[in-house]
Amino acid sequence: MARFPFSAIVGQNEMKDALLIAAVEPAIGGVMVFGDRGTGKSTAARALAQLLPPISAVEDCRFGCLPEEKGTCPDPCTSGRVRKRPVPFVDLPLGATEDRLVGALDLERALRAGEKVFEPGLLAKAHRGFLYIDEINLLEDHLVDLLLDVAASGENVVEREGLSVRHRARFVLVGSGNPEEGELRPQLLDRFGLSVEVRTPEAIADRVEIMRRCAAQEADAESFAKDWRAADEAILKQIARGRKKLATMTVPDDVLEDAASLCIAVGADGLRGELTLMRAAKAMAALKGDKAVRRDHLIAVAPMALRHRLRRDVLDETGSTVRIARALDELFG
Amino acid sequence: MDAPGQPPDPIADAQLALQLFLIAPGALGGVSLRGFGPAREHLVEALRDAARLHRLPPGIDDERLLGGIDLAASLSAGRAIAMPGLLTEAKGGVLLIPMAERLAEATAGRLAQGMDTGDGAPGLVLLDDGIESDDRPPATLLERAAFHCDLSRAESLPDTMLKPAGQIAIDQVAMLNEEALGKLAATAAALGIHSIRPMLFAATTARAHAAFQGRKTIAEADLTIAARLVFAPRAVQMPMPEEDPPNEPDQPDNTTQDNQSDTNQPSEGEVEDVVLEAALAAIPPDILAAMADGKLQRRGTGSSAGKRRKSALRGRPLGTQPGMPRGGARLALIDTLRTAIPWQKLRQRAVQSPSQGVIVRKQDLRIRRFEERAGMVTVFCVDASGSAAFARLAEAKGAVELMLAQAHVTRSEVALIAFRGDGAELLLPPTRSLTRARRTLGDLPGGGGTPLAAGLSLAHEMGASIIAKGRTALLVVLTDGRANIAADGTASRSRAGEDAEHAAKAIARAGLDSLVIDISPRSSPDAALLAKAMQGRFLALPRADAKALHQAVSAAKPKVAA
Repeated sequence: MARFPFSAIVGQNEMKDALLIAAVEPAIGGVMVFGDRGTGKSTAARALAQLLPPISAVEDCRFGCLPEEKGTCPDPCTSGRVRKRPVPFVDLPLGATEDRLVGALDLERALRAGEKVFEPGLLAKAHRGFLYIDEINLLEDHLVDLLLDVAASGENVVEREGLSVRHRARFVLVGSGNPEEGELRPQLLDRFGLSVEVRTPEAIADRVEIMRRCAAQEADAESFAKDWRAADEAILKQIARGRKKLATMTVPDDVLEDAASLCIAVGADGLRGELTLMRAAKAMAALKGDKAVRRDHLIAVAPMALRHRLRRDVLDETGSTVRIARALDELFG
Repeated sequence: MDAPGQPPDPIADAQLALQLFLIAPGALGGVSLRGFGPAREHLVEALRDAARLHRLPPGIDDERLLGGIDLAASLSAGRAIAMPGLLTEAKGGVLLIPMAERLAEATAGRLAQGMDTGDGAPGLVLLDDGIESDDRPPATLLERAAFHCDLSRAESLPDTMLKPAGQIAIDQVAMLNEEALGKLAATAAALGIHSIRPMLFAATTARAHAAFQGRKTIAEADLTIAARLVFAPRAVQMPMPEEDPPNEPDQPDNTTQDNQSDTNQPSEGEVEDVVLEAALAAIPPDILAAMADGKLQRRGTGSSAGKRRKSALRGRPLGTQPGMPRGGARLALIDTLRTAIPWQKLRQRAVQSPSQGVIVRKQDLRIRRFEERAGMVTVFCVDASGSAAFARLAEAKGAVELMLAQAHVTRSEVALIAFRGDGAELLLPPTRSLTRARRTLGDLPGGGGTPLAAGLSLAHEMGASIIAKGRTALLVVLTDGRANIAADGTASRSRAGEDAEHAAKAIARAGLDSLVIDISPRSSPDAALLAKAMQGRFLALPRADAKALHQAVSAAKPKVAA
């Protein structure tokens, strides 16, 4: 199926911002998207992966090595040639086993030739790209643990079945889920960098626009993609510029203070909140093309960076988004 | 349950749905046919004549579904033999899924993924044999199937002829114009449908219907059909009262209406009402009843997802057994080789060209077994009658919420049953979702008689079904023990007492762990006797607050979980 252009997605600005931040700064540690079915969660993630320019990698390398990393993966890759390949987008199916995810012994080779060969799993496939997990709240806990660990360390270490393998696995983790169907444990939620809530646009005009664009895409995907090419390219440029800017981005002391006082005001547990808030604000400033982080960048990313880190009071009905908005109002008015 | 002014014949609707689905199987995704019976068999027969039909075997494994290496054949041939997957075989055709309500979540996930990404993924026909309301096909697939038809009340046999796929071209029908799209969007919003997919389905359905009727443009009839077939079964709310639906600025609890009034619809009016009307007429009566009670739950529960027992997959290792590594079972390599090695000399002699590898035969294969720790479900059975008094009800609610918060950490689940008036009902199937539980609890009304027997029987049933799924159940009954409604719904204190005792003893016989919490204002022997009959523990908690209740339940737990 031809891709749906990223820029043609109606509304969902927070989710789009979060994905762009993750594309600029992969170290942010993944994006969690909460929302009902059919709100365009996977469409947006998939569209972004396909929008990004192809990556160059050693030809036929199963671990997607960079040309300058040639020969350092478990295989090891030997080809001198470099090939472009699209940014990987791996869709983790519900009910995937640990074997599929981390990789396992290649059974066929082991039984037939007696060779001990590692068969890379989905983590290797997602290296330098996106790993999308629909309904992450229904995923087995130990798999979620494993995923978050790999996402944070950028390395997959396999110690099982007599194998001892480690390979790079740096990817942007995008999880989605519907809180109506069971929630993610707070311990796990906290480890996601950003968290956004998506809702279908309520305005009739927006909904009509969505249907119109989907119908147009279905009727003639190519000309539809053409119509949106310019807008998509603008986003691409924005990402490229953002990546460049990020290296030299400075954070003034008063913004750091703002971040700390905000985290204290909303009662976010741990230091992870501050760190993520800072990283996200830097990426946001880079995306906007600014030289230094300002308070408005901080305010723009605060909800998505802190929303899932607030201590939950079971009997308090107030949503965390509201609590953050209130704190922002009080502090920066 | 048959109300006068019944919606159109369910069979005719199902037939039409199948026909439209055949016109655009890719865009419409699928059809769910609920309710076993001759009518459905008939429709499937008709489908068989009209389309290339593949049947999904129950319990299919990934290799068969997606294709892979045929291990047994490969071993005997000595080279890798590939096996095509069913999804590839069924490409462009129709995949029939029998017993869809029992389909494994993993398989459903694979299918959904195929539908989302693959070109020419097969359209699905889900045969749903579920009877209970939470016995449904996986929500991932229901969401992606345009039509949900309920044939469980169908009586007459259809004289069915479906026009084969590909005979009617949808391409010749013009796209929907702005106005038609607006009508569909407004109708969906009025019925509380938030997902975008149904709207896209409805647009395609309208075009398919126009093509079916041999027209090239969309007429009003197409829109009403689309609303009836796609929107009606998904409705989660009734639209606000008729008078001037779009111009009600003050609707505090209905955001969709607010937004509807914000947007200026150019020519909204009669035609849209007709579309909405059509959808309303087709909403199943039981949904209307549930709406009237204000306790409609979301359709397609994901609550029991991902918790199936599969001892071959995960958990604590238990050793190995002979078997094929399929269906997710993992090969125990060392044990397989250990079995194969004593035979190597013989086998090397038997083959013409001795190889340096180990020769492994199918019978050598060993797979791992695991013991999975059974999950725990706490079933709260709450007396919401007048005698249990509203104050105590609030306490019970608080305890359930606290338990649920703890369930986050321990991964145990909570279910909620309430009994009052003349019967008991399951308010919350086993869930871990704080959001759902809080909403359900908040809506729980109190008052009326005490049908204790009905409540206990339902709790018993619930407990039995939890155990059947391989989990541990703990029944927590919060009541004052003063039954006054008998099992058959008549108000008779003595009969009610007897019935309740019978129900309690049945629970004891079934060996279910139970705990009775006395919530009467003054401690009475009734609840204690009940606990005795259930062979459960008893706690008298005059004036308990939610925290104390929660601590009591937590204290009762280790005994059960051990």
